[in-house]
Parts: sequence; C-alpha cells; structure tokens
Amino acid sequence: MISIILNGNEEQFPDGATLAEVVQHITSATQGIAVAVDAHVVRRNDWAITSLRSGAQVDVLTAVQGG
Amino acid sequence: MGTGGAPSLEILRNALIASGTEMTTVAMRRVSADTHGSIFDLLKELNIDVLPNTAGCYTAGEAILTAQLAREALETSWIKLEVISNEETLLPDGLETVRAAEKLALDGFTVLAYTNDDPALGKRLQDVGCAAVMPLGAPIGSGLGIRNPHNIELMRSLLTVPMLLDAGIGTASDAALAMELGCDGVLLASAVTRAADPVGMAHAMRLAVESGLLAHNAGRIPKRWRAHASSPQSGLIATDDRESPEF
Repeated sequence: MISIILNGNEEQFPDGATLAEVVQHITSATQGIAVAVDAHVVRRNDWAITSLRSGAQVDVLTAVQGG
Repeated sequence: MGTGGAPSLEILRNALIASGTEMTTVAMRRVSADTHGSIFDLLKELNIDVLPNTAGCYTAGEAILTAQLAREALETSWIKLEVISNEETLLPDGLETVRAAEKLALDGFTVLAYTNDDPALGKRLQDVGCAAVMPLGAPIGSGLGIRNPHNIELMRSLLTVPMLLDAGIGTASDAALAMELGCDGVLLASAVTRAADPVGMAHAMRLAVESGLLAHNAGRIPKRWRAHASSPQSGLIATDDRESPEF
C-alpha cells in the first residue's frame, strides 16, 4: 500500500495506483476539475499513465462560488 | 458579476439573469461532497462566460498554480488575478500581483488584475502584459463605494488597456460613478448577493452601469463655483426698481 495526501487527508491506495484511480476515489466528475501533484498541474490525458510515490500530495480542484 | 455570498444557487441564478452580466467570476477550491461543480453547470446553462479567479491566494506562486489549475478545469486562459496581502483587509499585494501577472502573461494567460487604486501600479500591470486592470473602489465586501474617484479617473487617463472597477461597490450609484469616471465595466458581488433583495439590486446595477456609460459618453457639464442661469436673461418684466411689485 502507498499513502497519498488527497485534498489534505491521508488515504491508502494499492501499490502502483495511478492518478486516475486516486481522482476517481474523491469524485466521479471528469469535467470541470483539475489536478495537481506536489503543486504541479497534471493534464487530464496523463492521469491514467501517472503513477504516484508514497507521500505524494494530490489536490483535486473545481469551480465554486466566490470572488 | 461575481458569485460570492449568494444565499442560494436559485437566487444567484435569478440575480445573474437580472444583472445582464456576460461574464462571471468563480473561485477554485478542493472538491468535496458539497461542491459538485453546480456553479459551472449553471453558467453553462445561462450561457455566461466563466472567469476563474485566484481569490484567497497570498503569493505569486499560489496564484500561478491556481490559474494553471483553472485553465485545466474550465478550459479558459482568462484569469482574474487576485493576490491579497492579509486576511483582515483583503487589500491587494501589489508586488506579488505584478510578479504573478508577468509570469502568467508570458505563459499565454489573458490576465485581468485586481489592484489597488494606484495609477503607477496600474501602469506596471499594463506594462507586464495584463489585458485589463481592475482597481478597487474600496476593500472587498465593504460597500464603501469609490473612496478616491480622482485616482480612478487619473488611472483611466494613463492606461490604454480596459479598466474595470472591482470591489467596494455598495449600491447602484457607485456603479454609475465608476462608469462616469471612464471605467469600461464593473465587477461586483456582495452588493447584489448580500442585498435584502438580490434580484432587485442586480436589476438596479444593470441600469446603473448603462446610465453611467451613457452619461460618460454624453459628456457631463463642467463643474462651476457659481450659479449659471438656465433661463433667458432678456425679456424680463420691467420694474422701476428691484423691489418686489405690490399685489
């Protein structure tokens, strides 16, 4: 198992989990969201081929009311 | 119009329609159970262009990452750049804003920069490639109106890029004044979303912006220290002296 900091909370995922699997864990949305790994944007097309190291910080963002 | 502070999505929907806005700004936050992308769906349904913002960022680095995420999520390279200095005043951090604006403009973003009402800072933002400069009238959410109209007018005369008054608008006359001073538009949220009747205030803002723009283009009369009669000075009833006639 690897440990991922997903939107600020520590979560466990199987070894070799891809970014696409981690994103699916927190939202079923595929449009209107964006993902950063360790403060770097990862494009949508690369989620399925991006593997994560243990301890990686994954942030999944969307648009909300504000500003 | 902004989207912050609305009591419900339904009221926001009706206020957006009543305001006649063509572009609406949204913040970027981590997804959670109660943030299901509904604001994005609403704007799509109303055919209103989305302008993501970097609200809540304190450094150029945070703002740049937020802008990059917004571009990925919302498929627009337009960004309302907002880098604030502290939580208490929410006043813009000029240095961090210029740093972020320069990098984002070089990276192909269309940057609309929220800034203090400082003409020199506005010029810097224009020079580093901002597509529009957005000076505040007063602090965010304060409703204090335009505290320094002279600076806004001076800024307008020095800049060539579009200028939008952002923050501080409290009621319709503030929005009309912004347009009369030469602004190309206004960005407001709290004045509508926190009004007793948000939809009524949104309608008032629409009329105010239209009136202010018409008045600006029509050219106001110069201000004078003394009265200037608008009635003819000749053809008055002749009296022997200047005393009132007896009845």
